[in-house]
Amino acid sequence: MTDILIKSGRVIDPANGIDKVADVAIKNGKIEAIGGRKSKAKRTIDAEGKIVCPGLIDLHVHCREPGHEEEETIATAAAAAVAGGFTTICAMPNTHPPADDDTAIHYVIQRSVEAGLAHVLPIGCITKGSEGKEMAEMGLMLQAGAAAFSDDGDGIPSSAMMYRALQYAGMLDVPLMQHCQDPDLMTGHMNSGAVAVQLGLGGIAASGEQTMLRRDLELVARTGCRYHMLHVSTAGSVEQIRRAKAEGLPVTAEATPHHLLLTEAACMTYDPNYKMNPPLRSATDVEAVRAGVADGTIDCLASDHAPHAAEEKELEFALAPFGIISLECALPLYAKALVETGLMDWPGLIARMTVGPAGVLDRPLATLAVGADADVTIIDLNKTWTVDVHHFASKSRNCPYDGWLLTGQAVATLVAGRVVFEL
Amino acid sequence: MAKKASAPSRKTSKAAKAKKKTARRKPRRPSATKATPPPAPSAEFVWRRKDLLGLDELTAQEIVHILDTAESFREVSTRSIKKVPALRGKVVALMFFEDSTRTRMSFELAASRLSADTVLFTAKGSSVTKGETTVDTARNIAAMGVDIMVVRHSQSGAPHLLARSLPSISVINAGDGSHAHPTQALLDIFTIRQRLGRIEGLKVAIVGDIAHSRVARSNILGLRKLGAEVIVVGPPTLVPRAITAMGCQISHDLDDVLPEVDVINMLRIQFERFEASQFPSLREYHIQYGLTGERLKSCNPNVLVMHPGPINRGVEITSEVADGPNSCILQQVTNGLAVRMALLYLVSQGSE
Repeated sequence: MTDILIKSGRVIDPANGIDKVADVAIKNGKIEAIGGRKSKAKRTIDAEGKIVCPGLIDLHVHCREPGHEEEETIATAAAAAVAGGFTTICAMPNTHPPADDDTAIHYVIQRSVEAGLAHVLPIGCITKGSEGKEMAEMGLMLQAGAAAFSDDGDGIPSSAMMYRALQYAGMLDVPLMQHCQDPDLMTGHMNSGAVAVQLGLGGIAASGEQTMLRRDLELVARTGCRYHMLHVSTAGSVEQIRRAKAEGLPVTAEATPHHLLLTEAACMTYDPNYKMNPPLRSATDVEAVRAGVADGTIDCLASDHAPHAAEEKELEFALAPFGIISLECALPLYAKALVETGLMDWPGLIARMTVGPAGVLDRPLATLAVGADADVTIIDLNKTWTVDVHHFASKSRNCPYDGWLLTGQAVATLVAGRVVFEL
Repeated sequence: MAKKASAPSRKTSKAAKAKKKTARRKPRRPSATKATPPPAPSAEFVWRRKDLLGLDELTAQEIVHILDTAESFREVSTRSIKKVPALRGKVVALMFFEDSTRTRMSFELAASRLSADTVLFTAKGSSVTKGETTVDTARNIAAMGVDIMVVRHSQSGAPHLLARSLPSISVINAGDGSHAHPTQALLDIFTIRQRLGRIEGLKVAIVGDIAHSRVARSNILGLRKLGAEVIVVGPPTLVPRAITAMGCQISHDLDDVLPEVDVINMLRIQFERFEASQFPSLREYHIQYGLTGERLKSCNPNVLVMHPGPINRGVEITSEVADGPNSCILQQVTNGLAVRMALLYLVSQGSE
C-alpha cells in the first residue's frame, strides 16, 4: 500500500516538464507514481488548489555549528529550512573552526542525520582556515561528502591561489563558490554611494565585487573549472555573468531575497538588520538582479541565511556583524520580488529553487521522477501571512522582514517520504 | 530588541502631550533682571523633539527657532551671575566615548548655566575598556536617573542606537563618527548669521577632508535648508562625488572658489582617521588647499574665516589667517555655549 498520497495538487516538476493537476504517491521514501490513479494510502494529504513540487533547495545557509551554537545549530537550521519549504540546504564552512578538512565534513553530515529534517550538504573551505593562502584538502573533503567548496565571507584575494584552486577543483569536477569582493576596495560597511556618504559610513564599492568577478572569469576561461558566483548584488555583475554564459563558460550564479527586495536606503536608520555582505545596493541594481533571475542569467535563489545573536546586532552599525536570516520566509519573498511583479510565473520561480540549484551541484536532486527520493514541498500560493520572528524555528531573530505581510507559504514539507513539517 | 511598530505611536503620544503642555505656557521675553529661562521667540512655534540626532530631520523653521532661542540665551553668559534655573533638578549625562575638548566643556558649561546636574562619562578608564557595549553602558547610566544624554562617539549612528534603545531619554548628538555634528553646524550658522546678518543667498566654501568630516555634513544640511549655497573643496580623495546628493557643489580648485564666497570654513586634516595615500604630502596639501594670507587677498574683504578646531596651524590654515581680522574662530566657540544651552533647554521641553 502507498504510504502517502498527496491528492489533487498542481504538480510542478521542472526536471520532468510537468505542470498538471495530479496525485503524487509515495512509498518507502520514494516517488511511487504521479497521476490520477486512486490507490489506497496509509495517509492522504489534500493538496487541492496548492502547488506540489520537488523539495526546495537553498545553496547558501550558515548553520553556525560548530562554534556559535547560541546563534544556530545544524538541527535548528534544518528545522528552519523545512518550515520554509526547503528539503536540502548547503552549510557554508565559515564555522569555528572552519570546515576545512574531512573530519569537519563528516561532522556536518552526522549532525544532519541526527536532526533528521532537511538534508544538510556540507560545503568545504577552498583554503585552509579560509585564509586564502594554502589549499584545503578538497579531495578528501569531497570523498567525505562535501558538495562544493567556498571561502564565503571573503573572496580569495590572491589571483595565484584562485588559479591553483580552480585547476585542482577542475580535476575533481566540483564547483568553487566565490564571494566576489576585492578586500582592497572594501573600506566600509554598506554600499558605496550617496547614502553611505550622508551616513558617514565607509563604503563597499560595487566595483570591488565586479573586479574580483572579472579576474575570476579570466581564470575560469583558462582552467575550465565550474564556478558559482554567490549572492550577485550589482547590475555590473549580472551583465558579466550574462556575457560569460554567452561565451559558454561553466558559470552559475545565485541571488538572495534581500538583493531582490531591499536597497541601500534601508540603512538610513543605522539598523544593523540591514547590514549584509554584499551590501544592499541601489534600485538599479535590484532591478538588474531581478531581470537576471528572470532571464536565467542567475540560475538559482539562495537565502544567505546568516544568524546572529541579538546582542551582536544591538551595536553601532559599523561594529555589528554582516548578515540576516530569511530561510523561513524566503519563498514568499522571492514570489514578491519575481512573481508579484510579473517578471516570472510560479513554475519559473520553482525551477530557480529546484533544478537551478541542483544543476549547480550537479546532483540528482529536485525531481519527482518515479523512484526518486520523495523530497516534496506543498505550497499554498494564496496564503497571506505576517512574518513574526518570534515564531521562527531558527535560534536567531536578525530578520528585517519581521512584520511583513507576505503571500505564499510552504504548508507541508516531506523529506525522503516523511512529513517533517506541516502547518 | 524593541519592536519597531510600537516606537512611533509612543513618540506621537508623547509629542502630543508636550505640545499641550507647552501651548498652555505663556511665552515670556527674557530680561536682564529676571533669571527666568527664555521662551519661544517665534510666537506660534512649538518645539516637539526630544532628541537632536542630526540636521537632516529638522525643518528650516526648527533651525531658525534654535538660533533664535540661542540668541536669547547668549545674554545669560554676559551676566555677573551666569545661571538660570531652566533645567534645575534635571540630570544631563555627558557621554564622551570619544575625546573632545571644546564640545565637552561647552556642553558642561551650558548645562550648568541652566542649573542642571551633570555627570561626565569618558570611555577611557570606564568599563568600555572591559568590553561593555555602548548600549549597556548607556542603559546603566540611564538607570541612575538621567534626563538628557549628550553623546560623542567615534562610530557613525551611535546616538541613533542610543535614542532607539532608551526611548524615555533625550539624546543630543555631540558628534558621531563621520556622520553628523549638528551642534557644531548650528553654532557655525549662528555665527554666520550674527556676523553677516543672514544665511539665505550666501555662498559658503567648506575646505578640506570632506570625506571624514561630520562638521561638513551637518553644515551642508543646515546651510542648504536655510538657503545658502555650499561648495565643498578638496582633492577627489577627500571629497566623495556622491556628496552632491546632499545639495552642495564640488570644486577641486580653492583659488577658483575663493573670490566668489562669503564664508570659508576650513576643516582640520584628521590625522587620526586617515587611510594611506589620500594625498601625497602635507606640503602638497598646504600649497594647494591651505588658507594663507596671500590667498585671502583674492577674497571679498569681508569674507568670514571659520574653523571648527582644533587647528593644525600651518597645514590647513596659517596663524596669520587664523588669528586675523576675518577669522571668527573664537567667536564660534563663544556662540557654541549659547547654542548648546538652547538645545538642552529645547529637548527638555520636548521630552516632557
